[in-house]
Amino acid sequence: MATMLQKFPSSVSTLNDYNALYPDWTQREVSTGTTIMAVEFDGGVVMGADSRTTTGAYIANRVTDKLTPIHERIFCCRSGSAADTQAIADAVTYQLGFHSIELDEAPLVQTAASLFRDMCYRYREELMAGIIVAGWDRRRGGQVYTVPVGGMMTRQPVSVGGSGSSYIYGFVDSNYKPAMSKEECLKFTAEALTLAMERDGSSGGVVRLAVISEQGVERQVILGNQLPKFSTV
Amino acid sequence: VLPLLSHCSLTMIAVQMKSHCEYDLSASTFSPDGRVFQVEYAMKAVENSSTAIGIRCKDGVVFGVEKLILSKLYEQGSNKRIFNIDRHVGMAVAGLLADARSLSEVSREEASNFRSNYGHDIPLKHLADRVAMYVHAYTLYSAVRPFGCSFILGSYDEDDGPQLYMVDPSGISYGYWGCAIGKAKQAAKTEIEKLQVGVNILYIHIDIYIVHDEVKDKAFELELSWVGEVTKGRHELVPKDIKEEAEKYAKESLEEEDDSDEDNM
Repeated sequence: MATMLQKFPSSVSTLNDYNALYPDWTQREVSTGTTIMAVEFDGGVVMGADSRTTTGAYIANRVTDKLTPIHERIFCCRSGSAADTQAIADAVTYQLGFHSIELDEAPLVQTAASLFRDMCYRYREELMAGIIVAGWDRRRGGQVYTVPVGGMMTRQPVSVGGSGSSYIYGFVDSNYKPAMSKEECLKFTAEALTLAMERDGSSGGVVRLAVISEQGVERQVILGNQLPKFSTV
Repeated sequence: VLPLLSHCSLTMIAVQMKSHCEYDLSASTFSPDGRVFQVEYAMKAVENSSTAIGIRCKDGVVFGVEKLILSKLYEQGSNKRIFNIDRHVGMAVAGLLADARSLSEVSREEASNFRSNYGHDIPLKHLADRVAMYVHAYTLYSAVRPFGCSFILGSYDEDDGPQLYMVDPSGISYGYWGCAIGKAKQAAKTEIEKLQVGVNILYIHIDIYIVHDEVKDKAFELELSWVGEVTKGRHELVPKDIKEEAEKYAKESLEEEDDSDEDNM
C-alpha cells in the first residue's frame, strides 16, 4: 500500500527538506474515491457510479468505468483501492465462470457475492476494497449484496458505498420507497450520485448507470452538463 | 509368468472355462473384448446385496431399503443403509456396506466444501457428478480396487423440484425418476414402471414387499426415508406412524394382489 519512504513532520526543521525530494503523489495510493450505488426493483437492479479515479489530488482518470461485469447478468461496483478491486474482480470472474460451466447453468448473484466476501474477508488486512455486487438470476430475481471493507456480506434493497456515500445517506433514506419501477430507480440513482459528486472531492466526472434484468444489461452515461440540477448547485 | 499360469490352471480345475483369467486381476487391464473385469466384478458385488429403491414423485423423493436380518441378535435400526449427505440430500446404498460408508463421507465433504465456497446448497446433479468422478478414479489403477457399491442420491428443493441420481461402481451417474439396485432390481424396476408419475410413498412399500417375497429370503427390516415438500426440503427417515401405516397397507395389498392390478391411490 503506502510506500516505505519516511516522512518528516513539517514542524521539524531539517537542513535538507526531504519532503521536497519526493512529491506527495508518490506516496499516495491510486484510489477510486468514489460514489457507488445499487437498487433492487421487481425484475432486476439498477447500478450507478461516478467516474473519478484519484492519486492524491490528481485525477488519474476522469472517465473511469467502475461498473465491472463479473458474469452475463452479474456486475459489481468498485470502491477503495483501484488495484485491489480490479484484482479481486478478476479473480472472482474466473472462479464464477468456472463454477457456472461446472454446473451448466447461470450462476446465482448470491454465489458471486459469497466469492467476493471470502476473498475480502480472508485478505482483509492487505486489502482496501468496498464492493457492491448486484445482478439478476432466475431463482431470486434482482438482488443487491454489499461487501464493505472488512469483508462482511449482506443483502440490501438499496446500497451506497465509497467516500461520497456519506453525503447522501439522508437523501437515500428519505427518498427510497419499496416497489419502485425501473424508471423511478434510474432517476433516484442519478440524483443521489449527482448530489454526492457535488459535495465529495473524490467523486465526479460522469454518471454511469447499468440496468440488469432477465432481458440482459442496458448501460447508459449521463454527461456533466446533463446531470440533474438542484437549487443550491 | 509362472504364478499366472498356475492361477489359470486353478480356474480350469474349478470348471469355470472363462477366457478372462489373465485380464481380471487388476482394474488397469482391459480384456481383448474391451471389458474391465474388475469393474464388472464390483457390480456383481452390488447384485448380491439386498435391494434399495428410489422413486421420484411429483413433490418429493422416497427411498426404501430392504435390510435382510442375518441374526436375531442385531439391534433394530443398526447398520443403516440410508445416509444424510446434507440437509437436503439423502443417499440409499447397495453393495459392500463399508465401501458405501466411505463414499457417504466423501459425498458429505463434497457437499460441505461446496457450501463453504459458494454459499448455498449443492445442486444434486453436481454432487452426483463429483462423487461419480471419485468412484471412477478408483477404476483406473491397479493399486486400488473399485468401490463395490452403487448408491442412489435424492433431493428436493423449491426451484429444481425433486431430483434422483444413481451412481454405479463404473463411475457413471444417471438421472432417474425411479430406480432400483441390488438383487431384486429387475423385479423392482418392473413394479416401478407400473407406477404413474406423481405418486406418493405407499407404493414404495408395496414394491419392497413384492420383490422381497420373490427373493424368498427370511426376515427383513424396512428402512424408509423421504425428502420433499412435506418435509420442507429436509431429508429425514419417515416417521414411525406413517411407516407402520404404509407397511400395513402394503401387506394388505399383497394379499389382494391376485384380485386386481387396478390399485390406484
